[in-house]
Amino acid sequence: MKRKVTSVLLALGLAGTAAACGGGGGGSSDAAAQAKGPITVWYSNNAEEVAWAKQMVASWNSAHADQKVTGQEIPTGKSSEEVIGAAITAGNAPCLIFNTSPASVSQFQKQGGLVALDSFSDGKSYIEERSGKVAQQYKSTDGKYYQLPWKANPVMIFYNKKAFAKAGIDTAKPPLSTYDEFLATSKKVVAAGGAKFAIYPAPSNEFFQSWFDFYPLFAAETGGKQLIADGKSQFASEEGKKVAAFWRTLYADKLASQEKYNGDSFVDGKAAMAIVGPWAIATYKGKVEWGAVPVPTSAGKPAAETYTFSDAKNVAMYSACKNRGTAWDVLKFATSKEQDGKFLQATGQMPLRDGVSTAYPEYFAKNPDYKGFADQAARTVEVPNVPNSITIWQTFRDAWSKSVIFGQQDPGAALDGAVQKVDQLASGS
Amino acid sequence: MRPRDRATGGGVTRVVGRVIGKQPIGTAFVTPYVVFLAAVFAYPLGFAVYMSFHDYFFAAPGAIVDRPWVGFANYATVLSDPAVRRSFANVGIFLLINVPLTVVLSLLLAWSLNAAIRWRGFFRVSYYVPYVTASVAVVGVWLFLFNSDGLVNSVLGPLAPDPSWLVNSKLAMPTVAIYVTWKQLGFFILLYLAALQNVSKDLYEAASMDGAGRWKSFRNVTVPGVRPATTLVVLLATVTGANLFTEPYLLTGGGGPDGASASPVLIMYQRGIEQGNPDVGSAIGVLLVIGVLILALVQRRLLDRES
Repeated sequence: MKRKVTSVLLALGLAGTAAACGGGGGGSSDAAAQAKGPITVWYSNNAEEVAWAKQMVASWNSAHADQKVTGQEIPTGKSSEEVIGAAITAGNAPCLIFNTSPASVSQFQKQGGLVALDSFSDGKSYIEERSGKVAQQYKSTDGKYYQLPWKANPVMIFYNKKAFAKAGIDTAKPPLSTYDEFLATSKKVVAAGGAKFAIYPAPSNEFFQSWFDFYPLFAAETGGKQLIADGKSQFASEEGKKVAAFWRTLYADKLASQEKYNGDSFVDGKAAMAIVGPWAIATYKGKVEWGAVPVPTSAGKPAAETYTFSDAKNVAMYSACKNRGTAWDVLKFATSKEQDGKFLQATGQMPLRDGVSTAYPEYFAKNPDYKGFADQAARTVEVPNVPNSITIWQTFRDAWSKSVIFGQQDPGAALDGAVQKVDQLASGS
Repeated sequence: MRPRDRATGGGVTRVVGRVIGKQPIGTAFVTPYVVFLAAVFAYPLGFAVYMSFHDYFFAAPGAIVDRPWVGFANYATVLSDPAVRRSFANVGIFLLINVPLTVVLSLLLAWSLNAAIRWRGFFRVSYYVPYVTASVAVVGVWLFLFNSDGLVNSVLGPLAPDPSWLVNSKLAMPTVAIYVTWKQLGFFILLYLAALQNVSKDLYEAASMDGAGRWKSFRNVTVPGVRPATTLVVLLATVTGANLFTEPYLLTGGGGPDGASASPVLIMYQRGIEQGNPDVGSAIGVLLVIGVLILALVQRRLLDRES
């Protein structure tokens, strides 16, 4: 009996054991910042990024035999954030991870797991020159950069041209700019049997799901505001409530599904639209004839003025790293104009580089489908870099789920209700 | 040897004797498991209790962090959190459905499978297969059955619930409970099958001579005969049920409609691992352990009193 009961805490216990196993030292130092030698890096496990990372590592190693980089895919776990958190605690994180979620940076920082890139003489200037204005969103509350803005997947609305054609909707310029147009188009495409649902963002309760329903539209509606500004919630504003009301209508009218879908609803033809970034294009190849437009706003905005969520993944240096001098050089090498170009070529994802659309004219001439995403990359909004970031998103998601998806509360009241808790969390308490 | 030495020697011998008991070989066999238990269960449990009374978070080795004693602050946080309170209520609903259903179905099925029926081996294997199949694999089948456009709703037609099973705040947890009951049935049937072998055939013969039919002999011979197994089934079903995590996570996408199928362990995972608050996660875990222990003790008392 006791043995069975104690198993309830096994997971916690193992985590505790991991915490007790630590040894070594964190924090940055001048000596470490200069140190050169072999390092390890982790990268994402999707085929395109693996291919890019392997060539990047090989390219570096061929020119730096004395500072060998060992690259490997990030170990498998429920999420990469959990794996990284565990590695920080155990003291065996690699020097660089090319898959660091901006939402987790404040937590990793609190754990003492990250190196401030400002500790390198050219750290701040390199980041700001490479990414331009966008870089400011990635500063931590202490004003330092603990992450290098690496790549974005600006979220847009993909639509299935065949489904739209079936409903008699213009497939070159579909009416999806305003909320009213979007709803009318949605009703039309569902009524005509183009798909069972107009759009199918994941209705599940994970903290990050609001990045693919509420947040892109909120960014667009507000002209580029983050969820939190100056420590105060912004989501319960008039704009936020308009976005919530729009999604509520989609769910209430059965144009979006409340049920989790196992698979890709857009590829499987269950949904006529998807709200996603350019990473998905590779998965649509040969399966869906698609078009893409910016996310809608209540009154409609030109594409050149429409913001969206960045869905970025960044590179961070971890405090377990001994040879930080090499790690910094590798980081600059991997995010150089040449390597960014190779990354774009291999993955179709947008390097967070100032003027990405003009930096690689040949690529965009050959791949015009991606041009819209490159333009959109200049107008992206990131998750706010504040304390308790993930708890804040979970709090928001709980309110959203209850009111917008399941209609058990007025959406406006639910957002108002979440403000106090979110503000308290953002203040670090 | 002087008397005092003998006395001392005798004392040591007595202590050693008490430690290893009257069966030193048995003790030797048990020792590795005791060490394993201490390392893998007792220490983590103690550490979890420690975490729950401190402002604790995981940190990089060598990082200078402050983890002050906070008394019951984490417990106050947990108890004032509506999501946590709801998760405990959810698991209560789950246990109310799952435990009685498990006992009744597994006993009836074991009784049937104990009889000389055709295809007995096939049926026994069939009931056991879901138990040894990974939840991740089996969940796909249940989603196919219980989705809004799934097989069950197709059969029910206009009688199908709206919202559907897994997105209905009243039906999500009962659906999860039924799924778990079905999945674990094979294991509990096995326990009852073993118990049925110990019920004396003479008792059935005596009941038969007294004119008892199948149902009466089941009620008056089988049920009392397998009572120790029933105690075990109830306890195991309660403990494993309180540990519920995978099924709501997979079936209802992280807690279902407005947290209607979130379990304490799911919330523990969210708070402790995802959100980086292991102190709060530990507090939930400790409360869960206390709750399950109380429940198990009450069940034990009731079942012992009945027997």
